[in-house]
Amino acid sequence: MMQHNATRSAYLLAGPALLLFVAIVLVPLAMTLVLSFNDWGQYKGIENVFILKNWREIFGDSYFHEVFLRTFRIALLVTLATALIGVPEAYILSRMRAPWKGIFLLVALGPLLISVVARTLGWALLFGGANGVVNKLLMNAGIISVPIPFMFTEIGVIVALTHVLMPFMLLSVWASLQRLDPQIENAASSLGARPFTILRRIVLPQVMPGVLAGGIIVFALAASAFASPAIIGGRRLKVVATLAYDEFLNTLNWPLGAAIAMLLLLALVAIIVGCNRIVERRYREAFE
Amino acid sequence: MTFLILDKLTKRFGDASPAVDALSVGIDEGEFVALLGPSGCGKTTTLQMIAGFVTPSSGAITLDGRDLLAVRPAERGLGIVFQSYALFPHMTAAENVAFGLEMQQVAPKVRADRVDAALDLVGLRQLAGRYPRRMSGGQQQRVALARAIVIKPRVLLLDEPLSNLDAKLREEMQIELRQIQRTLGTTTVLVTHDQSEAMALSNRIIVMNHGRVEQIGVPEQVYERPANAFVATFVGRTNRLQGEAVTAANGGRELLIGSARWPLSAGALGPVDISIRPEKLALVASDAPGLDGRMFARVFQGHYWLCQIETASGRLVMINQNTGEGVPAEGSPVRVGWRTGDMIINAGGSGAGA
Repeated sequence: MMQHNATRSAYLLAGPALLLFVAIVLVPLAMTLVLSFNDWGQYKGIENVFILKNWREIFGDSYFHEVFLRTFRIALLVTLATALIGVPEAYILSRMRAPWKGIFLLVALGPLLISVVARTLGWALLFGGANGVVNKLLMNAGIISVPIPFMFTEIGVIVALTHVLMPFMLLSVWASLQRLDPQIENAASSLGARPFTILRRIVLPQVMPGVLAGGIIVFALAASAFASPAIIGGRRLKVVATLAYDEFLNTLNWPLGAAIAMLLLLALVAIIVGCNRIVERRYREAFE
Repeated sequence: MTFLILDKLTKRFGDASPAVDALSVGIDEGEFVALLGPSGCGKTTTLQMIAGFVTPSSGAITLDGRDLLAVRPAERGLGIVFQSYALFPHMTAAENVAFGLEMQQVAPKVRADRVDAALDLVGLRQLAGRYPRRMSGGQQQRVALARAIVIKPRVLLLDEPLSNLDAKLREEMQIELRQIQRTLGTTTVLVTHDQSEAMALSNRIIVMNHGRVEQIGVPEQVYERPANAFVATFVGRTNRLQGEAVTAANGGRELLIGSARWPLSAGALGPVDISIRPEKLALVASDAPGLDGRMFARVFQGHYWLCQIETASGRLVMINQNTGEGVPAEGSPVRVGWRTGDMIINAGGSGAGA
């Protein structure tokens, strides 16, 4: 009886949140999925039928292949960049002394405190063509003769996204560094390992789960990012998120936009679940 | 020949009183020495200075005639077992043990043999392929020990190695650790706050307090003849009494505690501090030297009785071996006595010995 009551009250307590989740996540998602099978015409608008036209178009047209490929290429490079910069950064931060540790951690997490749009526009101000502050300075100093291409380039989008998403990698690596036994580096040193060997053989393998977890977060956020690619990449350099946006709000081809958005979601879920499974299998023995 | 020499070793952290204050000791090859003291007494700092993780403020460490401070920690060739074990969680037991040999670039074939031998020594051969997380505390402890001894260290440093184990396992490991150390003959320095561990394992005990050495001696000596009141109370339980050495009626010396008298052979006259171990106390007949009192409390502990006896000179703790006779009931009048030779007598009078 008690058991039964406990189960019922658990459902009752979770109920409101569950309803909210269903109402604002699952229902719209289902509607988007249904929408992706509808037809659309310039003059007839959305037609409530069930056809595979939109999906065929995405899978058949090399333009869409290119955009999806570019999106995942950008996401992968951003993930690599955050790992390459974030791991040493987190390690150095964790070795800092008392007041500086906190201060620099706050500085490193700073990007999270600034609006994406403001931060991305900042990059545009620095490198935006011949009028960008940095480009101007470098050109005046005679170091470069033409402005460094940044706006509407893949490199530009990657740099801006790396900047935005770095804190997620940093926090994830930081968390696994905190779990390190404080004596473990001394132990390795006493066995004759040099500092670089200690980092490579002892520290890095132990923070790897953190790097991979951070990598999954960064990859997902980079692949679905909208603001940064929209501002830096603009119309010329489209990624999946900006492509879906344009289909919805410019072309007004909602069904096609819905199909693009759904495909991005499915691809991301597949990649994340796959990665997670590999990570879990690889580290189940050594870590919890 | 003295193998490891600590000479006036001192470490200061900031302006506070030194964590280790001019510690000097010579340790022979093959010796097992324990640094014993309460937490914060500087024993771990001393160990870390030997290991090279902490740089001394002044003083010298010499190992086999060579200045050890000039050598980097990675090249000192010392085996260390940490309190937390500090095993590499991403490596199996065998990989953990092999790591030090890899660093020494020992050939893979030889390496495998030595890893097997080390794991055999600690009785873990069958768990070679297991990760530390899947092992019990005692097993992790053994891996840590195997990892430290496989590199054939010149000195083995043990930092509270048994403090994370439960009482029964700790006793087993004490015996095993001693056995392994005897087998290998490795000079060993143990840091511990547990006096029974220090006594069970080591040839010599260095008792430390507030960064200073209080006494250096073999376990029996430290226990039976503590150099001062701190050692007497820290190493084992003790009863502390105040008395006075006076000239007896027959012209000799005697010791006066309250109204009771003990014959003394020599020593200066005047007030003295007396320390006496609980197990040296016994219930005695009314004509023997002793203090009259009342059984205040008695607790049965299996192989012994733990008694508290209220006397005019204070409450005394007595340990009586369980010989099957039992002890008087609580509240009954008793007379507790001891032999003159069992007393540790320090001149100085009230509290001066502390």
